Amino acid sequence: MTAPSGLVRRGNTQRALKNHVFKWFCGLCAAISVVVLGILLTSLVMQGWEHLDWDFLRSAPSRKPKIAGIGPAMWGTIWICAACAIAALPLGVATAIFLEEYKPVKPPLRRLHSFLQLNISNLAGVPSIVYGILGLTAFVQMFGMIGNLNDPALTVGTPEDWYYFQLPFGRGVLAGGLTLMLVVLPIVIVSSQESLRAVPGSLREGALACGATRWQMVWRMTLPAAVPGIMTGSILAMSRAIGEAAPILVIAGIVFIRFTPHHLMDEFTAMPLQIYDWAGRPQEEFHKVAATGILVLLTILLAFNAFAVLIRQKFQRPLQ
Amino acid sequence: MTHLPASTSSQGKTDRSQPALVTPEVLIAPPARPTWIAAAPHARGSDDKAETTLRISSFCSWYGAFQALHEIELAVPKRRVTAFIGPSGCGKSTLLRWINRMNDLVPSARAQGTLDLHGEDLLSRSIDVVDLRRRVGMVFQKPNPFPKSIYDNVAFGPRLHFRMRRGDLDGLVEQSLRQAALWDEVKDRLKDSALGLSGGQQQRLCIARAIAVGPEVLLMDEPCSALDPKSTARIEELIADLRERYTIIIVTHNMQQAARVSDVTAFFFEGRLIEDGLTEHIFTNPTNKQTDEYISGRFG
Repeated sequence: MTAPSGLVRRGNTQRALKNHVFKWFCGLCAAISVVVLGILLTSLVMQGWEHLDWDFLRSAPSRKPKIAGIGPAMWGTIWICAACAIAALPLGVATAIFLEEYKPVKPPLRRLHSFLQLNISNLAGVPSIVYGILGLTAFVQMFGMIGNLNDPALTVGTPEDWYYFQLPFGRGVLAGGLTLMLVVLPIVIVSSQESLRAVPGSLREGALACGATRWQMVWRMTLPAAVPGIMTGSILAMSRAIGEAAPILVIAGIVFIRFTPHHLMDEFTAMPLQIYDWAGRPQEEFHKVAATGILVLLTILLAFNAFAVLIRQKFQRPLQ
Repeated sequence: MTHLPASTSSQGKTDRSQPALVTPEVLIAPPARPTWIAAAPHARGSDDKAETTLRISSFCSWYGAFQALHEIELAVPKRRVTAFIGPSGCGKSTLLRWINRMNDLVPSARAQGTLDLHGEDLLSRSIDVVDLRRRVGMVFQKPNPFPKSIYDNVAFGPRLHFRMRRGDLDGLVEQSLRQAALWDEVKDRLKDSALGLSGGQQQRLCIARAIAVGPEVLLMDEPCSALDPKSTARIEELIADLRERYTIIIVTHNMQQAARVSDVTAFFFEGRLIEDGLTEHIFTNPTNKQTDEYISGRFG
C-alpha cells in the first residue's frame, strides 16, 4: 500500500528512538522512588536494629534508652484506631451508599446532593491538624457547653472502672479515636463511593427490573459486589489513621505515659507521638530508639497494606 | 376487557390485591393453556378476538425539553407477541421502559397520557413500582446475569417478593429454567457462576430470572442484538413457546426477527407511531408509505 500523495512520512528510526528514550525516562522516574525508599529502609534498619526485640514491644518508655519501649504507645494506637474504625466505617459506608445509590431525581434535591458531594471531596484535602483542633473543641471540651475537664457534667462509674464514661470526653482514647474518624471519614466515603460506582449499571437495572426496592438492590447486589473495594479503601484509610501524628498531638499532647489505657476516657499516647518525642531528645541513643519505633510502625503499616492487596486479589471477581 | 376465561382465572397470575397470601404452589403450577388460543402456535395473529392487556393512549414522553414520543395510541393484545420496530432513536425503547417504569431512574424523563394495564394507570403516583416490576418483567439488550450462581440468579426475584421454603424455591427455579429452555444445559451445575455461561445461555438465564417472579407481561429490549445467529434462533423459539403464557413486547432492529416471532407489529418513526397491525399485514401490505420503505430496507 502506498502512502497518500502529498503526505510526508515520519521517519521510522526517529519514531523508534523517541519511543525508546521515553521508555527509559519513565523507568528512571520509577527507579528514583524505589531507590529513595530503599535508602530510607536501610538506614532505619541499621539504626534501629540494635533495640528491636520483644522487650521493646512490651516495655514502657523510660529515661534510660536501653530499657525504653513502645508498649503503651502501641496499645494507645490500637485503642484509638479501634475506636476510629468502629465509628468511621459504618458512617462512611452508609454515607457513600446514600450519595451513590439514592441519588435524587428532582432538581432542587439534586443541587443539594452535588453540594454535599463537593464538600465531602473537599474535606479529604483538609490538613489533619485542622481536624485536631475541631476534635479538641468538639470532643475534648464539647464547646465548653457541658461542664469542663476538671468538673465533668456527667460521669458514669469512677476512673478505676473499665466502663468509666464522662461528658465532655476529655483528652482520652474516645476523643482521639473520634478525631481520627474525622480525618479518615472523607477517605472512606470517597473510596466506598468509587467502588460502588464501579458496579456495572446493568446489574442495578437487572435487580430493579426484578422488582427489588432500592434497599434490596443495595443489600443484595451492589454492596456485595463493592465490598472488596470498600474494604481495600477502608484498610488504606486505617493505615493513614495509624500514622497520623498532628491531630493526636492536639488531643493528647506529649505526655509521659507508662500504662496502657484501661477505659475510653483514659489518657493515651500513640506511636507517632512517641517516635516524635524520642527523635526530639538530645541524646544520640534515643534517636536509635526512635528508629526502632519507626520500624515497628512501618511493619504494621506494610502489613495493613499487604492485607488490602490480598483482599483485592482474592475477592475482586470480574463483573462483566 | 379484563374478563378472563374461566379456565385461566385461578392459574398462573397471582391475586394482586392480596400479595401476602401468594403461595408458591400457585406460582409453580404451570398455567393451563387457555382454550380460546387452542389453534396456536401456528394461527399467529389470524384471530382478532385477542383481549387487550395493555392499552396505551395519548401517550407522550420527554427527556428534558426533547419530546421523545408523540401521542401514541396502541393496544397490546394478551398472550401475543407485539414487536416494536423502527430506526434508532425513534422512541421504541423509551416506550418499553415506561411500561415497567424503568424510566423513573432517568432524572430528566417525564411522561403524560395513559398506560392502562387491566384498568390501572401505570403512570399514576399510587402505583407501587416494585409490584409493577414483578408483574411486568424485563429482559435487556445485553445479557446481565448477576455475579452469583445460576441458582441464585433465578432465585433472586422470588426471594425479593416471597418467603419460600427451600423445596418450593428449588421447584420454582427448576420450573423457570425449564420454561426458559435452559434446564437441561445447567441442571448439573446450578451452583456454578452464571458468568461462565455462553452469551445465549446468559440471555435465557435472564429470561428465566424474569419469569421466576410470575409476571404477566415480558418486555424484551432487543434481546438478541448481542447474540450470534444460533443463539438468536434459540431465543426466538423460546419466545414462540413463552407467548402461550405471557404477553410479550419485543423491541427489535431486525425486521426478519419481527416478522418471524411477532403477531402484531408497531412501526415507530421519529417519536410517532406510524402504523400498527397484524404482522402479516404490516409486512405484506403496509398502508403507510414510510412503513413500506422501512420494511423494504430503503431507509433506517
